[in-house]
Amino acid sequence: MSVAAASASELTRARVRSAWIFLTPMMIVLALVAGWPLIRTIYFAFTDANLSALDNTRFIGLANFLEYYEGEWYGLLVDPDWWNAVWNTIWFTVVSVALETVFGMIVALTLNTAFKGRGYLRAAILIPWAIPTIVSAKMWGWMLHDQFGILNEILMGIGIISQPIAWTASPDTAMWAVIMVDVWKTTPFMALLILAGLQILPTDCYEAAKVDGIHPVRVFFKVTLPLIRPALVVALIFRGLDALRIFDLIYVLTSNSRETMTMSVYARQQLVDFQEVGYGSAASTMLFMIIAVLVVLTLTVGKVRLGEDAK
Amino acid sequence: MAEVVLRNVAKQFGNVKVIKGVDLNIADGEFAVFVGPSGCGKSTLLRLIAGLEDITSGDLLIGGERVNAKTPKERGISMVFQSYALYPHMTVYENMAFGLTLAKSGRQEIDKAVRGAAEILELTPLLDRLPKQLSGGQRQRVAIGRAIVRNPRVFLFDEPLSNLDAALRVQMRIEIAKLHKEMGVTMIYVTHDQVEAMTLADKIVVLNAGNVEQVGPPLELYHHPRNIFVAGFIGSPKMNFIKTKIDAAGPDGLKVGLPGGGEAVARVKGDGASAGDSVILGVRPEHLTTQSEGADTVLKGKVDVLEQLGEAYLLHTRLADGTLVTAKIPGDAAYNEGDDISLGVPNELCHIFRASDEIAFGRIM
Repeated sequence: MSVAAASASELTRARVRSAWIFLTPMMIVLALVAGWPLIRTIYFAFTDANLSALDNTRFIGLANFLEYYEGEWYGLLVDPDWWNAVWNTIWFTVVSVALETVFGMIVALTLNTAFKGRGYLRAAILIPWAIPTIVSAKMWGWMLHDQFGILNEILMGIGIISQPIAWTASPDTAMWAVIMVDVWKTTPFMALLILAGLQILPTDCYEAAKVDGIHPVRVFFKVTLPLIRPALVVALIFRGLDALRIFDLIYVLTSNSRETMTMSVYARQQLVDFQEVGYGSAASTMLFMIIAVLVVLTLTVGKVRLGEDAK
Repeated sequence: MAEVVLRNVAKQFGNVKVIKGVDLNIADGEFAVFVGPSGCGKSTLLRLIAGLEDITSGDLLIGGERVNAKTPKERGISMVFQSYALYPHMTVYENMAFGLTLAKSGRQEIDKAVRGAAEILELTPLLDRLPKQLSGGQRQRVAIGRAIVRNPRVFLFDEPLSNLDAALRVQMRIEIAKLHKEMGVTMIYVTHDQVEAMTLADKIVVLNAGNVEQVGPPLELYHHPRNIFVAGFIGSPKMNFIKTKIDAAGPDGLKVGLPGGGEAVARVKGDGASAGDSVILGVRPEHLTTQSEGADTVLKGKVDVLEQLGEAYLLHTRLADGTLVTAKIPGDAAYNEGDDISLGVPNELCHIFRASDEIAFGRIM
């Protein structure tokens, strides 16, 4: 008995040791490329650092976030531009992820049926996602161009609009243009994740439903959707996180436009354009915290335990 | 009335003919069992009846009505799958109620049907559980319950007991037999297990490579197999086959030579047979005895392998020509491997098959 226990714990010790050996290199790299910049950003958030004179920084406490000075409040938390960026980001995230989920689901359900050439179509549908964002953003920038863009050309050609629209410049359309391009680009990713969820579903349930004569729409909502929920929630978290930190697409399409400015674009503008490293870092830190809170909320509401084994 | 009639039903997947023109009558309330080796098409035939696969040609009639183009629901069938096919995220209650539409029956009626079925299958205490919290036998009972609540005209079972352990299989077999007696509904049951087929069936349909080999009550198939395939498939351990030639044909039967000398006079109608024809002698292991003195027919050989089963033992005996013959003898073995042995068999329990087409000569009873 004691011999067995001793050898079992020896085995466990050996396993733990080899686990650490494999984990250590990755943890060192992560600490260097993610941990250190994060800590340094948080540190800068509490200083008055300036890009032109990084050596000469002073610790100023919470002043970057909120400060009462001569009868007025200053700081990130009372900056209307910041809150505009926050709402822009959330609006963009909710609308684009919702659209991508719906379209991704339709694409995934279609690709999940058996037909000839399915393999090729599956590969083809990934193309928008495979193109680097900077390239597709530039491409769409030209297609949406108010004077030379093909979109205006087509819409005017078929008589839907009478004069060209400045899609990315007009306050009414800028956000929708950005959302449209993001949906075009990221729907394949969503479709792929949902398709993976669909493919592990038990097929026998569907035969049982067919024998019982249950309407396909009811089967979708009562059987398919509950069964792929874990995969769907993971896909939503992935996409949600990605959308909350959106920068490249918006920066290329609309630059620093107030209508589409997101938290990342705001932080970059403060940090680089205005050279306010301390203030920009404070914005970045807030961005980090907002995303962290949203992830915890999503995981709690979606009842997903990331450590849980697939059943 | 829900008799099931198949008229020249065939099924083709691409160029592969899986079912090759099956004619079959299953009477209302009858328990029919499709049995055959893996890949014989028995499950496909069931899925054709269920409406899960399209019939390539031929007619399928349920209750006198041609249903080839009808959906499973319109055919009035329910099906129990080998893998149970329960909805993993629904409770036992929800699994059973899901197939019942609210439009047709009210909430109370659904509740009554589900609780009634649960009562029959002793599932009442489990109604709030999820399938993953149930044992295999309980899951299969839920699957059967889901089929019962639909109140079908025809019940289809696709190897429902294959995933259960041996003890549970026997228990569920009895429950299904009881269920059939109580409900009196037509049932079609697919299995590769001939014990299930023998015990449950009113009518066994033996399938082989997409063809029906023989249809009949269990004992008829056991005593009067139409050909070597059925003779070998029904009965366990399987029937012994000994290649031989006809020495003489007479009104009492066919006289055939035995390996290592001696003769057997099988009590079969030797119509059209003549001396010198190649035939196959068939003897069931349980019909062989070790009391060879005074027996009609004696097979001499050497014990190759001895298997003790407890209630009986199997003597795998090598005959003079190398044929291995298995004898199933009750009790404990009084032999060792390597012993010389004589096995006796009465003439009236011998089967003779033509070597050319493997068809049996009719036995004289």
